[in-house]
Amino acid sequence: MIAWDGLLTKEEQTIFRLRALFEQYGYRRFKMSKFEEYDFYAENRSFLTTKNIITFHGMQGHLLALKPDVTLSIVKQTKGNMQCPERVYYHENVYRAQRDAGEYREIMQVGLEYLGEVDDYTICEVVLLAKKSLDSISRRSVLDISHMGFVSGLLEETGLPASVQKRLLECVGGKKAHEIVRICAEHAVDTALTECIAQMSILHGPLCEMLPQARALCRNGKMEQAVSELETLANNLQACVYAEGVHLDFSVVNDMDYYNGIIFQGFLDGIPTGVLSGGRYDNLVHKCGKDADAIGFAVYVDQLERYDQEEKAYDVDALLLCDESTDTIARLRAVQMLQSMGLSVAVQKEDHGRLKYKQLCRLHESGVEVIG
Amino acid sequence: MAEYLNIALPKGRLGERAYAMLDGIGFGCPSILEQNRKLIFENTENRVRYFWVKPSDVAVYVERGAADVGIVGKDILLEQNAEVYELLDLGIGVCRMAVAGFRGTRISTDRTLRVATKYPNIAREYFRSQSIEIEIIQLHGSIEIAPILHMSDVIVDIVETGTTLRENNLEPLETIVPISARLIANKASYQFNRERMLEMCRRMDALRNERKEGVGRDSTVSI
Repeated sequence: MIAWDGLLTKEEQTIFRLRALFEQYGYRRFKMSKFEEYDFYAENRSFLTTKNIITFHGMQGHLLALKPDVTLSIVKQTKGNMQCPERVYYHENVYRAQRDAGEYREIMQVGLEYLGEVDDYTICEVVLLAKKSLDSISRRSVLDISHMGFVSGLLEETGLPASVQKRLLECVGGKKAHEIVRICAEHAVDTALTECIAQMSILHGPLCEMLPQARALCRNGKMEQAVSELETLANNLQACVYAEGVHLDFSVVNDMDYYNGIIFQGFLDGIPTGVLSGGRYDNLVHKCGKDADAIGFAVYVDQLERYDQEEKAYDVDALLLCDESTDTIARLRAVQMLQSMGLSVAVQKEDHGRLKYKQLCRLHESGVEVIG
Repeated sequence: MAEYLNIALPKGRLGERAYAMLDGIGFGCPSILEQNRKLIFENTENRVRYFWVKPSDVAVYVERGAADVGIVGKDILLEQNAEVYELLDLGIGVCRMAVAGFRGTRISTDRTLRVATKYPNIAREYFRSQSIEIEIIQLHGSIEIAPILHMSDVIVDIVETGTTLRENNLEPLETIVPISARLIANKASYQFNRERMLEMCRRMDALRNERKEGVGRDSTVSI
């Protein structure tokens, strides 16, 4: 019997757990090529979190790219539509330039996408899966929920040019209430509206408790509709007894051109950045000419590399020293014997001190002797 | 027992003023005032831990979660574009980021403008928004010398009183953005220590407003 837990890293365990979880809800594995036509990314550049893409020439001289994102490829290939939805999950490497690192990195992502008609059930299913994904990694997790309709609805009230709204959106993302006040004052936005935007940026707390406060900030139908959608979600989560650790936080923001509904970000205690992000991106799917709505998320498994991982105390259970006098068959038998006792074994002529072991053994003609 | 709240402070005058504010709102740590070369200080009673770090490193410590919160100048935040929450403007260390040059310098668009600065990202972003083509000359200090030696046409730097500029025959030409110290927080840490961080913000904000009013009263008296 192999003790998988000891063999698998936290990253690998997480991938298997998430796959099992996604399969439970009827999601199917989606496998894709490492390359895509570059043009496809160029058309949807602002959807990507990275601006740097690794490109190279294909055999016919056309430009290819190492995929920086999985969602776009799934949207391109999906057969899901309003009549018949498609549920897929993936675990794939993506290639992105890391900020500050000045170099590209290979990043393992596990995630899922639902493409088809998105109703209350679907939203709740995906949010539930996002929270369950976090819970499968750590007992202390938070899923922050926001709604792009609410955020963009309030920013549109200012009537400011798109570039200024973008700056305000960035301030909302950083909870910079003081900067919001400054920018609004610069552009003569009325005080009550300024106060609303500042309030929205700092609103944070359990989803069910905070929604009345969000309702009080509503100034148009778009915002009202967003709050209603969030209320339905909150009720559904409560009905599943899974509302704990699900927070309302409008500082979770994303590109207004692609994301249109509920968006969310997940955190684990002990990991300094978000490990999960996702949301509703109907606009992207429509832009690609598909008759479907979509919602999904990705877990950044690479962040778990250093999380909760104890350094292995030793590399191997037993180091078996065999000198020239022992023959090969005797060595093979000795190894098999130790393995049958459940030990891992490495054979070397002498101990160079590079390998950490639990037991040191020596093979003699008479058998195996434990010497340390 | 509550976990420690880790606070990164910038070495120097700004950090000392920020600590005085934190001390004033119940986040004090008396051992920090001892004259020694230690870099980390703890107060077991109110569960805070301070570290002194280079001002330009504060946002790095916070972004990577080594510190839960930190005090940092807006100039550094803008330059580094760190992924953190910026919770409060402390109203100390007030100055502005400006383009400066010799008196009467015209920023011409008929040739590439040479800009000497410690803040290449801020400078690049500002001139891009004005559609002015520039060449960045990145320096690490004594920026004012660059135009004097004709190495650059203008500089982009923080201006507090303008004395250094004046003494070197330079003057601020355009303001880019006002600067002051900010309280920043790690995004993940905020999720799990929100109450404590918000309490810190509330008290700090109250203290800042008290001082502002105090200054207002004093100036009325002096008039």
